Amino acid sequence: MDRSIYLDNHASTKLDPRVLDAMIPYFTENFGNASSRNHAYGWKAEEAVDQARGDVAALIGADPKEIVFTSGMTESDNLAIKGVAEMYREKGNHLIALETDIRSILDPLHALERHGFTLTILPVDNKGRVDPEKLREAIRPETILVSMMMVNHEIGTIQSMEEIGKVTREKGVLLHVNASYSAGAVPIDVNRMNIDLLSMNAHLIYGPKGVGALYVRRKNPRVRITPQIEGGGHERGVRSGTLNTPGIVGMGVACRLLRENWNSEVAFLSNLRNKLENGILEELDYVSINGDVDHRSPAVSNLSFAFVEGEALLMGLKEIALSSGSACTSSTLEPSYVLRALGVGTDLAHSSIRFTVGRFNTEEEISYTVRRVKEAVSRLRDMSPLYEMAKEGIDLKSVQWNTH
Amino acid sequence: MAYSDKVVDHYNNPRNMGSFDKSEENVGTGIVGAPECGDVMKLQLKINDAGVIEEAKFKTFGCGSAIASSSLATEWVKGKTVEEALQIKNTDIVQELNLPPVKIHCSVLAEDAIKSAISDYRTKKTQNSSEKSENANV
Repeated sequence: MDRSIYLDNHASTKLDPRVLDAMIPYFTENFGNASSRNHAYGWKAEEAVDQARGDVAALIGADPKEIVFTSGMTESDNLAIKGVAEMYREKGNHLIALETDIRSILDPLHALERHGFTLTILPVDNKGRVDPEKLREAIRPETILVSMMMVNHEIGTIQSMEEIGKVTREKGVLLHVNASYSAGAVPIDVNRMNIDLLSMNAHLIYGPKGVGALYVRRKNPRVRITPQIEGGGHERGVRSGTLNTPGIVGMGVACRLLRENWNSEVAFLSNLRNKLENGILEELDYVSINGDVDHRSPAVSNLSFAFVEGEALLMGLKEIALSSGSACTSSTLEPSYVLRALGVGTDLAHSSIRFTVGRFNTEEEISYTVRRVKEAVSRLRDMSPLYEMAKEGIDLKSVQWNTH
Repeated sequence: MAYSDKVVDHYNNPRNMGSFDKSEENVGTGIVGAPECGDVMKLQLKINDAGVIEEAKFKTFGCGSAIASSSLATEWVKGKTVEEALQIKNTDIVQELNLPPVKIHCSVLAEDAIKSAISDYRTKKTQNSSEKSENANV
């Protein structure tokens, strides 16, 4: 392999060349401001934005009027959570999310907590799913919003969306989901799933960075949110700021390609992921799967390689782009909170690697990766005192470690 | 995170990786760290009667910097007397490997591993000599 292999498609994806082709004219000749009503430059941009709005809406079964363009997933999550909290404050001050949710959900919630809101962060089972009945029990009269990842970014676990939507609808509580990592995992229908707000972004579906969308339900019920960025009143006053036309065009095409090729995309991703995971499990012992194999995105395989530290493993696989749940790859020295929430031991959380396949990976890359993972893990296990102890039959849990 | 060339070199070509039989009389074994913290180092020293470290071996579970710190420690202690080896400071390791602040704990662990191996050796020696003197008295 003369260039590196990219298996970190939950960090970002490669821009699809078809997306780039569609975007270019909106940087060059069609550079107008979509809000300019008095000339053809503006009309052209507006037309392109309308087209994209339709494509984004179609992917999730929404009406184009329900789509608000933003700068990406983090802004969409912030807008949904803070926008609902401010708008419905008189109705209640209680918000619910999951322990495994992404920081762009948890951090705005904690910010609101400092301003008088109360939170319930629900635990998940050891595969990462929340029990809809536990959610029902957590909802109080003053609950206004439930927010969660539809598909978890680290482990790919898919929540039982329809059952959750039934509970929130029945209880009269708004449901916000982050569907940024759902590509190829779940066909989304906001009406069937009773979703009220939904965050998306483009760069995880082979679109450009810096653009995303928030779906905001217009009827049954009509959801209102307080804008978090004010100015020229763009996006029906919900999100001011000149529209990022090339980015929006790119997001529209990315959504259209995903919708038109959904089944083949799912089959392609599943095939690669399964080859990778089965290959590794056949070659190595003491490997465990993190997540829910029955309800999992076909793009994700999160594995713990016992007795080997994740960052050291990444170092041995430097020609393959991957992520680790190990503390050492972050600045906090704490291993992945998502894995900890599943009850994965800290030792195995330190030993985890997230493989995420994408549209541009090949079977050859997968075979190469399996071979290299085997080599690197075996080499580090030869170097690992823990592996040696385990082979001697010592129960590592019974050892008195001198911790720092 | 970008690693220094020296860390990469120790990671790719670890010095003195392996194990001695820990029951041997002249082998001191130090195991420091914990799996929950993401680092466990095992350092073993073979020490002659003159108190000189003749050989050293390590095994490490941990990141690249932890592996490099322990690999470097084995290089440094070889040929030193026990007293000299006890003078090795974690800051020397930090400097040699150019470790960033977030990796300083790796060097601390390596220093602790040296101390722990020497202390194990000394404990063994004292026990053995007291056993011998007991035997002599019989």
